[in-house]
Amino acid sequence: MDEIVAEYIRRTVLKIPRHEIKTMLQTWGFLSEAQLQTVNFHQTKDSVSREVVQLCKDNSADIKQAALLDIIYNHVYPNKRIWSVYQMNKSGEETDFFDLRDFKKKFKRRLQTALKNVTINFKEYEDNAIWIRIAWGTPYKKPNQYKTSYVVYHSQTPYVFISASVIRSTLPLLCQALVVASNYHDIREMELRSHCLNSLKDIVFKRYSQTFQTYYPRPLQERNVTSENVDLRIIQENKNEKERILRVNREVFGDGPQPKLEFAQYKLETTFKSNPSLDVSDIKEPFRCLVKFSSPHLLESLKSLAPAGLADAPLSPLLTCIPQKARNYFKIRERKGIFPGSFVSP
Amino acid sequence: HLATSLPLPSERDHLRPRIDLIAFMIDIKSKYSLKNVEASLAHVDASFFLGKVCFLVTGVGRVNYCSVETNAVWKLRDVYSSPVLYCELELEGIRVATAQRLLRMLQICAGHIPGVSALSFGSLMRNSEDE
Repeated sequence: MDEIVAEYIRRTVLKIPRHEIKTMLQTWGFLSEAQLQTVNFHQTKDSVSREVVQLCKDNSADIKQAALLDIIYNHVYPNKRIWSVYQMNKSGEETDFFDLRDFKKKFKRRLQTALKNVTINFKEYEDNAIWIRIAWGTPYKKPNQYKTSYVVYHSQTPYVFISASVIRSTLPLLCQALVVASNYHDIREMELRSHCLNSLKDIVFKRYSQTFQTYYPRPLQERNVTSENVDLRIIQENKNEKERILRVNREVFGDGPQPKLEFAQYKLETTFKSNPSLDVSDIKEPFRCLVKFSSPHLLESLKSLAPAGLADAPLSPLLTCIPQKARNYFKIRERKGIFPGSFVSP
Repeated sequence: HLATSLPLPSERDHLRPRIDLIAFMIDIKSKYSLKNVEASLAHVDASFFLGKVCFLVTGVGRVNYCSVETNAVWKLRDVYSSPVLYCELELEGIRVATAQRLLRMLQICAGHIPGVSALSFGSLMRNSEDE
């Protein structure tokens, strides 16, 4: 077995948390149950990884098997990478039936004619998700298995989730290959990025709890004020205001859990508008400013701002439109006209 | 009665008992809280400032997160002639002790302690601070 493959398998196994190694190897299915029994999974990860590599050598593993293990690892732990969302467009209305074999063939052919040295592997999952792993090389060097891109394509949708490799030049090539293989016309980046792949899918497939217009003047209250430590001697003076804030918040964010995003970025390209009493002349060029919000769970923290008294309700629509518009990177430009304001560019 | 700002909503005026003590809570980690208190002070009748108002500064345990300057708090104390208590609500011992102090002040302000009036107690606290 190739030394590169052996080392790659060893490093992949080392990434897996110790209590998960056995299950992941079983999912992989390359080593038989009998072989797995011979490994002591309670020793140090270093020793476990070496034993696994030895078994792989006995079975003559090649790069294809190693790549498959890597895909499985990334499928279970997708949140270690940053994913960007892309949308493909069809020009006409042809509803081609999706042929998996055709897709794979076209994809490989497109990439390999452009760049001879690539490793391409596919794995399909139940929810119509096709995982593609690509290891990039150069015209003169073999593929570097540690410089990989991952693509998750849901064949029944025009959306592709890409976790690109550090080599930026490979991205256009990858996009081109996807468009050609899937019989679409073009592809565009959706300004939506996050570590949490499932949340990106939730936003794009509209799987999170959306709010609808209700015509009830007040929502039904499932929970009364009989929560844990309510002392009846404490009287909240601003109860009406608190209820209004909760109601407005609920109308904006809905009831269910929010998709998990880590940042929202607003690039301002507006001119600086000063108070006329200040002695600053109106600068005509745009004031370049970047505002970035970051949080372990941005949307949940925005949802809890108003009830915690840290912001007025309702929040700015620039913040609350994130799931509906399916983007978290915005460019705000000057609105040209009689009433200067700002608007969000597409 | 807990309120987030003054003036109090008027629809509950008829339900409210007499107010003996107003404690303004300032979170030292939030400039917004100081601004809120300053805005609310404008709505307090002048007679309350004869010993029936105090400032409670919370969050003093977290030195790294101080947003409100001590000078700002002292200015409030001087302008409104009212005592300032410092506490850390996250520690149970201090929380209980502060509650006991407030309760004692409330008893005085409500007139339950014979011989001590709110005004005399207020000036006592002020003099002891200056020393």
